[in-house]
Amino acid sequence: MTCPNTNKDRRQFLAGVAATAVLAPGVVLLTAPASARAPGEPATSANRWGLLIDTTLCKSDCTACVGACVKEMGLEGHDRPRTDAQYIRKVTVSDPETGHSHTLPVMCQHCAKAACIEVCPTGASMRRADGIVLVDRHICIGCRYCMMACPYKARSFTHEEQDNQKSYLPRGKGCVEACTLCAHRIDDGREPACVEACVTEGQGAMLFGDLADPASKIAQRVAKEASSRIRADLGLEPAVRYQGI
Amino acid sequence: MMRRLGAIGSLLAAVLVVTVLGSWAAWAADGRPDLPKPKGEQCIDTVDNMRRGHFDMLEHQRSLTLRQGIRGAKVSLKECVACHAAEGADGKPIPVNAPGQFCQSCHAYGAVSIDCFECHATTPKGADASAQR
Repeated sequence: MTCPNTNKDRRQFLAGVAATAVLAPGVVLLTAPASARAPGEPATSANRWGLLIDTTLCKSDCTACVGACVKEMGLEGHDRPRTDAQYIRKVTVSDPETGHSHTLPVMCQHCAKAACIEVCPTGASMRRADGIVLVDRHICIGCRYCMMACPYKARSFTHEEQDNQKSYLPRGKGCVEACTLCAHRIDDGREPACVEACVTEGQGAMLFGDLADPASKIAQRVAKEASSRIRADLGLEPAVRYQGI
Repeated sequence: MMRRLGAIGSLLAAVLVVTVLGSWAAWAADGRPDLPKPKGEQCIDTVDNMRRGHFDMLEHQRSLTLRQGIRGAKVSLKECVACHAAEGADGKPIPVNAPGQFCQSCHAYGAVSIDCFECHATTPKGADASAQR
């Protein structure tokens, strides 16, 4: 006699679990900018990862994003600022007429029509389906055409032999490299390291999200607020947008 | 004179062949690399298949991972390193491309250079890596 009751309880319990499971993805979508992709699943063009940077919030003496990037990617340099690898840097812009000046972080802009990909002779410069522009170091010959072509000066060349690389960011001598938008973090459902640092240590000037998802915070903000791209006249369609420049 | 020289030449060649073969046989009998034990119980494929084809597997997977963004695949250099990196007396992992270690000792035996570790991490970075995979 106890069996039917037990079964009923079990059904109710399962129904409750199912209801939670239906609700949970909605909750996750509203709070997290990215959700981890299932193992074995490729990146798809349903996503277009991008950044919105409010330069009015970016303080000139704050380098939280740069520090976080160096730490995350293991970019220990050799005290040679002109040639050490940098995936993100703070740029100061000023208006000579008014004297107003402010700073902004500039990294690979993950262009839809990237100049680096156009000029690459081997196909090493490539764009993932979700818009992230990467260097395939397996076939990069280190010619540095892409560094010349990039109007954002986003790429670096690895001049020295490397050791102690991060397991999620292989990098070695003779290859060109740049910001990966922390693809390893995005695939894991997390934000890029610079954005995380900007929120926790900085002023929260950077917003990461899926520009292709109308429900995402970044898509809603770029739809409602004015934003611009650096050198928009080149028509490269970057995924990084700025406010206040 | 020429005949004698030819005979001496063949004799020398024969001696050389015998010496080389003999020493090779002795080396092969007991000179195989002594590989450090992996951490896991079982590899992703049979030992024969791994010996013969691990480089093809890795070369195939590298494009899928980088260019298509496929994560968590069966073949993964990161997992190879995680399993095959031995720990030193100080408890720190020893690079897999250090002399006597798993990758290096076999590649030295086969006289094949490893290019992977010019870029890829040679020790598992579980402790300080922020990524989960």
